[in-house]
Amino acid sequence: MTNEKDINKETSKVEVSERHSPSSGEMEGASFPGEVHPTPTGGVLVTAIDDVINWARSNSLWPLVFGTSCCAIEMMSTASAKYDWARFGFEVARATPRQADVIIIAGTIVNKLAPVLKRLYDQMADPKYVIAMGACATSGGPFFYNTYSVVKGADHVIPVDVYIAGCPPRPEALLHALITLQKKIKSGLTREQIKMEKPEQSL
Amino acid sequence: MTNDELKIKLSELLPAITFEEGGQPIAADWLNVNVEPKDWAGFANSLKHRPELSFDYLFCETCVDWKTHLTMVYHLESTQYRHTVVMKSKLDRNKPEIETVSNIWKTAEFHEREIYELFGVNFLNHPDLRLLILPEGWEGRNPLRKDFEDPVNMVKL
Repeated sequence: MTNEKDINKETSKVEVSERHSPSSGEMEGASFPGEVHPTPTGGVLVTAIDDVINWARSNSLWPLVFGTSCCAIEMMSTASAKYDWARFGFEVARATPRQADVIIIAGTIVNKLAPVLKRLYDQMADPKYVIAMGACATSGGPFFYNTYSVVKGADHVIPVDVYIAGCPPRPEALLHALITLQKKIKSGLTREQIKMEKPEQSL
Repeated sequence: MTNDELKIKLSELLPAITFEEGGQPIAADWLNVNVEPKDWAGFANSLKHRPELSFDYLFCETCVDWKTHLTMVYHLESTQYRHTVVMKSKLDRNKPEIETVSNIWKTAEFHEREIYELFGVNFLNHPDLRLLILPEGWEGRNPLRKDFEDPVNMVKL
């Protein structure tokens, strides 16, 4: 991460100085392609490099091995040869949250499991993403009414990036959600970057 | 043994039992027997240990809340003769008590702990009767009873 920041700073200095020194008329022909975002530490992020980093991140998302009910069967099926999520860079399923980037909540979350899910999420390294797979993880699904033990949606416990409908969703739906997450990562900032930027924007 | 032979044999053993006719299609070929809770411990013991019966496999033990009463259900099979019998015992809903069978079929120990926490059935002489899965503090609140209420976690429909 330190290397990334250094590169960003160096590039940004060059870009910014170039941008401000010539007169505005000369700049019209070859304008700066990216956007410049000030950060609280005083550095400047150049979006073109973010695009490269986001592209790299989105194509190497390591899911956590975390399945709590029948959705997990569909998730395993998505990993199998027929659907093969390795085509999109998800094949390295990790059994430890320390090495995982995305947690696919494949199944029902009960009250007794909620603190465990929270701990797993906290143990994951940033940037981290969450997919709520299926009706149970989205809203409690078939266990919404008259159930004493089920959490009514995993977003009561941890923030969710992408929701999938279905009970359980087909592997195609999970692939679609994973590609949607890739698009989300490619299109912009991580949740942490958005958090860092917000106070600046409000000023 | 066929069901008719079992009927004769079990009636000889304990005349107080009654037989349930009909029932669900899947259970139609199993003999359904009603037994009083007070007779259960001794009867279960002879079901297992009589050589001609030798019901050595308790493959299901559960409870049903009928709102007016509770029913304990035991599914027994003999691995030697391959005959199956379903024993049912009606319990008082306000004071459900029945003798444990964990000393006869060891598997019943955990089944009875689960029935204890979900239905509140008190198993007499059980070696370790405490909650199995529910977190601490659930004693006395039995989630699988039909009149169970939990205003915090439950959305009523």
